[in-house]
Amino acid sequence: MENNNPTPKPKDASKAVEKFLVSSASQLAPYLEACIHCGQCAHACHFYEVTQDPKYTPAYKLFPMTKAYRRSKNPLNWLGMIPTLEEDEIAEWQDLVFNGCTMCGRCTNVCPMGIDVAQIVGATRQALTAAGYYPEDLMAAAENVVQHGSPLKVSTSVLEDRLEWIADESETDIPLDKKGAEVMFTISSIELMKYPDSVGAMAKMLNAAGVNWTISTKGYESTNFGYLAGRPDIAKLGTSRLVNAAEELGVKELIIPECGHAYSVLRWNGANIMGRPLGFKVYHITEYLAKLKREGKLKFKSIETAFTYHDPCQISRRGGAADDARYLLEGFAPNFVEMKVTGNQNWCCGGGGGVQAMNKYRDMRINVFKIKAKQVEETGTNTMISACANCRLTMDESIAELKWGGKLDSLVEILADNLIED
Amino acid sequence: MSDLLDFARGPALQVSVMIFIFGVLYRLISLFLTPKNFIASPARENVKGAFGAGVGEIVRRMIPDKEYMRKEMFAFLNGWAFHIGLAITVFGLAGHIMFFKKILGFGWWNLPSNFVMLAGVITLFSLIASLAHRLTDPVLRKLSTLDDYLSGGLTVLPVATGLLATMHLGLRYETLIAIHILSVCIFLIYFPFGKLMHAFLVFVTRAKTGVEMARKGVKL
Ligand code: SF4
Ligand code: SF4
Repeated sequence: MENNNPTPKPKDASKAVEKFLVSSASQLAPYLEACIHCGQCAHACHFYEVTQDPKYTPAYKLFPMTKAYRRSKNPLNWLGMIPTLEEDEIAEWQDLVFNGCTMCGRCTNVCPMGIDVAQIVGATRQALTAAGYYPEDLMAAAENVVQHGSPLKVSTSVLEDRLEWIADESETDIPLDKKGAEVMFTISSIELMKYPDSVGAMAKMLNAAGVNWTISTKGYESTNFGYLAGRPDIAKLGTSRLVNAAEELGVKELIIPECGHAYSVLRWNGANIMGRPLGFKVYHITEYLAKLKREGKLKFKSIETAFTYHDPCQISRRGGAADDARYLLEGFAPNFVEMKVTGNQNWCCGGGGGVQAMNKYRDMRINVFKIKAKQVEETGTNTMISACANCRLTMDESIAELKWGGKLDSLVEILADNLIED
Repeated sequence: MSDLLDFARGPALQVSVMIFIFGVLYRLISLFLTPKNFIASPARENVKGAFGAGVGEIVRRMIPDKEYMRKEMFAFLNGWAFHIGLAITVFGLAGHIMFFKKILGFGWWNLPSNFVMLAGVITLFSLIASLAHRLTDPVLRKLSTLDDYLSGGLTVLPVATGLLATMHLGLRYETLIAIHILSVCIFLIYFPFGKLMHAFLVFVTRAKTGVEMARKGVKL
């Protein structure tokens, strides 16, 4: 694997500021000028909700960047009279913007000014990382992408082994590096290592629909920990592996599996990361399956089980694909029940934005899950399905810890189990 | 005494209106001139156009989703109360309309003065309630800066002095009017440099988010 990322330099607060200025000036300036400190976003944030600690108020997470921005615009700045960000401030916000924000975007829904806090948190992560303030475990996962091709060290040979085994287990074909394929399928290493049945389920459905697809050994990892860790260099490396592989294969479509941030990064930020439009369309697996269902290429037996759906933030609220999951359930799950707060307003699993990979907030994640457990219980069902392996990993951890009586399943697995094959 | 009133009505008001206009323009223009270097991925198919999405979001965010409104009922109702109250007071009072007519060259029908006075009283109490909320609520205390208190205080002053003048309470009417106008001047001068600017920025940020959400096909 290529290694083009320098390890972040020693701590240097002013560099954080500089870095921010570059990334914020273009997109975020209006947001940074507009916060009216009304505090309405506090209750929208799961971290505030479970702790009631004002420091988790979304607007508070904007403070260092707002300060840096104001400093840069202040006409008296050149006199050296405007205070810079202090090291202890930066250290406090390291915790808030990495551990204390899943970049779920729920706060934006309530903000009367419409401020996109998650985007600013993303830029803040980049700034702090550039100055050497970052959580070690998240950075280690990102560095694994450079060294081993994936945050969970899924190298090409691990990939080949696992896929062969999954293909056997699920009695289906998983084409690798197939010339002439029209669709490139990508994997999330979380699924590959922890939820292999999901990969088998997706393969089974693509085959059943007659899709001419393949996985590429040159670009397979769909998660983007570089993005989450505030490392644009690693984010670009991960993205270019996928883009180059897809363009080399000449595919027209690329599918992201059950992973929220992977979808959001490639679908909505891919062109910006690459600095040019991508030569293919990007779909989340739920969008792609919905498309196949609409085209009459996939049919499912209807099931009696009552369940509810957990919207992964990056696919629904920040991805715009909430309707496709519902469309897949139409006619298939007559006893499907929506949670009271659902779709684009849904509560986050507590582990998005890389928070799942940060050990420090394990207890916090478990507390956040209590919101979800209550939501599910209110539906009168005890099963929840979702379409993001990271949500699943986060919530499975909490389910085990809390010995919760309910169940969590994957949408693709439940669909594949009830696929009508000709 | 009329010297003070002449000063307030004359140079003070002229200068502050100029600062207000240039300050607001400076902030808005500098914002729009900020280079945009984001390369957008293609929009979802069949989504609303940018203009409709932006305007739609400006309107939609006037009322929060019921899920959030429940928890923020005070902020929501109180916010509406002082914004509407302020609008009625500023644009509905006969004396104010005369002032606008002088500057703009046209006026409009005024509202009954008792009604405007009632709106003024509600605005005043509502503004004071919001400042009290800011001083006591732990989240708001954590977020609040000098700008927040200053912006609140500088909005209270013209409302309070205006009410006193209308009710002829305290000092001579002329003096009260002069103080009222001077408080408006301070408000106008501060306006472009602090969070009072949200009165303009709200259109920019709501529309920006609306356009971005529509591009992705997120329906709120
Ligand atoms: S994006 Fe989500 S986690 Fe982050 S501050 Fe907003 S509500 Fe909280
Ligand atoms: S709701 Fe919006 S304007 Fe209000 S404090 Fe939060 S981010 Fe700022």
